[in-house]
Amino acid sequence: MNPPRPPGLLDRTLTAGAALTSAAALVVALAVAPPDALQGQAQRLMYVHVPAAWLAYACFAVVLVASVAYLLRRDLRWDRRAQAAGELGVGMTALAIVLGSLWGRPVWGTWWVWDPRLVTTVVLLLVYAGYLSVRGLGDDRATGARRAAAVGILGFVNVPVVHFSVVWWRTLHQPATVLSPDPAPMDGRMALALLLSVLAFSLAGWLVVRRRVRILAERDGGPAPQEPPPGAPLVVRAGTRS
Amino acid sequence: MTVPDTVRRRAPWRLLTLAVVVLAAVGVLAATGLQGSLVYYKTTSELLADPSLQGERLRLGGLVVPASVSRGPDGVSFVLTDGVQEVRVVNSEQPRGVFTEGQGALVEGIFGADGVFRSDLLLVKHGNEYKAPEEPGEPPAVKDVSR
Repeated sequence: MNPPRPPGLLDRTLTAGAALTSAAALVVALAVAPPDALQGQAQRLMYVHVPAAWLAYACFAVVLVASVAYLLRRDLRWDRRAQAAGELGVGMTALAIVLGSLWGRPVWGTWWVWDPRLVTTVVLLLVYAGYLSVRGLGDDRATGARRAAAVGILGFVNVPVVHFSVVWWRTLHQPATVLSPDPAPMDGRMALALLLSVLAFSLAGWLVVRRRVRILAERDGGPAPQEPPPGAPLVVRAGTRS
Repeated sequence: MTVPDTVRRRAPWRLLTLAVVVLAAVGVLAATGLQGSLVYYKTTSELLADPSLQGERLRLGGLVVPASVSRGPDGVSFVLTDGVQEVRVVNSEQPRGVFTEGQGALVEGIFGADGVFRSDLLLVKHGNEYKAPEEPGEPPAVKDVSR
């Protein structure tokens, strides 16, 4: 094993930011924000369901950009960024589905409906699960990366379809409250809890993707993408490259 | 890398062109083709306007008319409206979810010749507004969650 490198300034900032916003989100979401007038306490699931969906969208946007960059530059660093973001995006999509199901049971009266929003979200999950598997099918590393990049670009078509499914079609799922062509009112304390939890998810997600990119880089045997911070003692890396 | 360098250089543009074509195709499909076939539920006006829907199993959505709800031992009865037409619904089970007068509801069942919609599945459709419970004494607000 390589000795752990000292974390860079960005990683330390992200860690501190994620910890602070998570703590603040926890307090505001559970103690400050009121329960919803109609839905009661179950509505608090919004503070994890919505950030999970948002982070999944953001991850797939990173997959899109990194995939385009990979096809143009043929630099595996872009492929690793795309893969790391794709993995987190699949996890967050699954989390959003599970949390939505838990929210739906007490409020809608059902765990699941074949409603356009729910169905398109499952399609999104399957497409990006396919994105993660297609990279293993190639004869070599670059072939897999190229095919994955194609899926990563085409797959992004699903993201706006999922998001606007509640606008384009009649659904049981309510339309978006904030990221909507027609925003709806929300209690200020609820909006603050949602904002903090979205921030917490975003910062933590960014941190996770950065760490995962480093692990993938070591697996590829390439040089670690991160330079040690200036002034830090030079760490001699022992062990063999895989 | 087994692919010759020239092929490798051209490939991204082929893929990007393909991406644009697929994107446009899906966009057109989403905007036009699926519009008619992806109707998750009918409104009360649509149900009453189309006699061929009688006897078909379908979903009906609307707002629960205030003071129309009566709960019996074998289910719940209420009136759904889209603001224009009203349909009496008899659901064979007690409502689950946050079923409330003045709020959205969605039922799955069959519209009979007697003008009553008999359903065995009742779901609650809530709006995208979120607010704190009102202080006691304030009049209850009726929200429009129809879409």
